[in-house]
Amino acid sequence: MTEQRPEPTYLDGNALAGPLTDLFIVDVAQASTCCVGCGHRCRVAELRVYLSGPGAVARCPVCSGVVLRYVRTSTTAILDLRGTLALSVQLETAAGEPGQS
Amino acid sequence: MARAAVRRRLTGPLPWRVAYLVAARAETPTSRTLVLQVDGWPGHRPGQHVDLRLTAEDCYSVQRGYSVASAPDGERIELTVQLLADGEVSPFLVHDYAIGDPVELRGPIGGWFVWDPADSQPVLLIGGGSGIVPLIAILRTRRAVGSSTPFRLLYSVRTPDDVYYRDELTGNDDVETTILYTRSAPGDSTRLAGRLTADDIGGWRDTHPRAYICGPTGFVEAASRLLVTLHYAARHIRTERFGPGGD
Repeated sequence: MTEQRPEPTYLDGNALAGPLTDLFIVDVAQASTCCVGCGHRCRVAELRVYLSGPGAVARCPVCSGVVLRYVRTSTTAILDLRGTLALSVQLETAAGEPGQS
Repeated sequence: MARAAVRRRLTGPLPWRVAYLVAARAETPTSRTLVLQVDGWPGHRPGQHVDLRLTAEDCYSVQRGYSVASAPDGERIELTVQLLADGEVSPFLVHDYAIGDPVELRGPIGGWFVWDPADSQPVLLIGGGSGIVPLIAILRTRRAVGSSTPFRLLYSVRTPDDVYYRDELTGNDDVETTILYTRSAPGDSTRLAGRLTADDIGGWRDTHPRAYICGPTGFVEAASRLLVTLHYAARHIRTERFGPGGD
């Protein structure tokens, strides 16, 4: 049995890690995000990223709501975080070990 | 499970560096491994990728992400590039990029799809086509550090001509390696050519492995859905999709 589906076109949130180094000194792909639409929590690396438009659109893997958008021109970087309640980044402590949380 | 901390860079934005091609070899008729010397390379973790940037004389510039294929090795990194017939960058890298030529490179990038050699959790690697590249970096690192963590590799390719790193993969005697052919299998194969199925994945779930799946979006989608159907824990599945593929 073969069901013909259109080939999906999205990538993982990993694909945002490179572009977002323009703005962040941490690896945003490892940050946790909470979807405004459905409350799903996941890593940015686990969002579904669409690159076919002028910028990147990252959607929630559960409800498909837009979590963030990123567009860069030659002079400006625009980050639209409309769909995330919070971005949470686990930082290293001074000793270089992961902090407890 | 210890949560991986995010390493902060102290130097500001990730810099573009100049890398030089020091060696190259064909992996298959349509792919080429590039050995690059990157001065000041800070080192990488297996599974990470880099962005390459090419700029034409008229300043037109394109960039693409490529997974690192090599284990950490000083300022040398290896990338394996698959030729895409309608590609803008891969025909240059596979056919024209010559020894000694520079290219701009930024990385390492991505701390999610990585393997930590200190982690003793068994590992299930599932690669489709050129999705084997970050997985070979993980396998090479495992060998380099002498890890005995149980590993299993399922590698799906269209035909026998499409297998990257064949000698290395089949010589890896302590990694349970299965190559799956989707279009045509070698004559001595006992498995009919076809896509990855639940039977191929088999009963490894009881070892509670962490799964790393990399390949074209449709392949990763199908493989991760299969694992969830087989009751693999979703939180132990990490994926890297690289877009539409032909299979």
